[in-house]
Amino acid sequence: MSGEAAIRVRGLRVVRGGRRVLGGLDLEVAAGTVTGLIGPSGSGKTTLMRALVGVQVVAGGEVTVLGAPAGAPALREQVAYVTQSGSVYPDLTAEENVRYLARILRAGDGEVERVLALVDLLDHADRPVAKLSGGQRRRVALAGALLGRPRLLVLDEPTVGLDPLLRRDLWGLFTRLRDAGATLLVSTHVLDEAARCDAVLLLREGRLLGATTAEGLRRDTGTDDLDEAFVRLIEREQGRP
Amino acid sequence: MRRPALVATARRLLAQLRHDPRTIALILLVPLLLLGLLKLLLADDEPTFQRVGAPLLGIFPLTVMFLVTSVTMLRERTGGTLERLMTLPLSRSDLVAGYALAFALLAAVQALVASAFAIGVLGLDVQGSSAALIAIAILNAVLGMAFGLGLSSLATTEFQAVQFMPAFILPQFLLCGLLVPREQMAGALDALAGVLPMTYAYEALADVAAGDGAAAATAAAVTLGFCVLGLTLGALTLRRRTG
Repeated sequence: MSGEAAIRVRGLRVVRGGRRVLGGLDLEVAAGTVTGLIGPSGSGKTTLMRALVGVQVVAGGEVTVLGAPAGAPALREQVAYVTQSGSVYPDLTAEENVRYLARILRAGDGEVERVLALVDLLDHADRPVAKLSGGQRRRVALAGALLGRPRLLVLDEPTVGLDPLLRRDLWGLFTRLRDAGATLLVSTHVLDEAARCDAVLLLREGRLLGATTAEGLRRDTGTDDLDEAFVRLIEREQGRP
Repeated sequence: MRRPALVATARRLLAQLRHDPRTIALILLVPLLLLGLLKLLLADDEPTFQRVGAPLLGIFPLTVMFLVTSVTMLRERTGGTLERLMTLPLSRSDLVAGYALAFALLAAVQALVASAFAIGVLGLDVQGSSAALIAIAILNAVLGMAFGLGLSSLATTEFQAVQFMPAFILPQFLLCGLLVPREQMAGALDALAGVLPMTYAYEALADVAAGDGAAAATAAAVTLGFCVLGLTLGALTLRRRTG
């Protein structure tokens, strides 16, 4: 694990629809880690991810990704992003969806098969995405993000709607990608997934509540239950004068 | 393939169409139905059929591509796929040109089928070159596509996108010279017709049908200019960063 930062955010401010979603956010994500992004719905997780991949209008601040300003053209081949909705074409088959992205990324045909196998979708490759289950759709989106071995993967709740077995397999995959040198930023609502991360960023109302590990969070708050830990952290912050 | 993202986008759009055979059938058969209906309606008025038949061969692709493009692009925006594309090594001009390539191919097939039917079955008499007629029909389709691409950014739902058809296409259809020749229009209407793209698309088709190649080329050049303008505006309405 190298000590340098794959992501460095300084004073990031984002206003959406007149509402301040991120108010001067500072954070770092170390290269070669699986970093979890947790926080309640509406805390700004998706907005932060959009800023990292360069599709969010920002009001101020600095966002550096792999040493370049977020959204720089050079990053488009190195950073993979999976949106919360999955962003796949429902009328195309799983394979056609992935193939389109592979062509844009100039990845070979072998790559399509490789990534479909990684998410265990080879058996459903010829089915239109509209006919797949929600979990299978998410895996189609994830397969697209694995094309061309990106250096940074930004995954917005990639495991929602997946059964526990598949969820375990995917977290195994995330760990292997990290071991191969990639950095992953994964947002989740499920706190037990945070336990699998090397580091955890806690986001609440557009501010960083803390950067810790699941173990550190347990120690800090004196509870084994991560849900409860999060509640205690929020209460402690609100109790502050 | 110097621009793989452009070709990939065109192939993806054609693959989406392939999965929707009913839409393809409607796109290819509805013009035949309407042309056939027109022929029956004007059974006793052959000169009028001859006058409006050729221009309609271009108006169909224009209208159809306008609708197909605006709905497809709207889905791309609302479904999140555009957001994902904007994070990939795909330039905005690749995307717009990919759309143009795919829908121009579809329009070419539509124009070929409709012209073959109009000329071969309904006896439409084209004085000028039939190839030029088809080429201008394809140009009409690209024009409709360019409008659809640009206007789709103003719509937030598919209902709104579909409503742009009567709001944007119909007035141009009324003023383009097909229903009332421009010489007979009130001055203000004639001036308005003079700045509307469909007027030139219509004139190019009517001139080819009448065998006036030089006038057709001029009108086609103006139409092409509107296409470039529309596609450029369409590319500019695509934003990598959104709120």
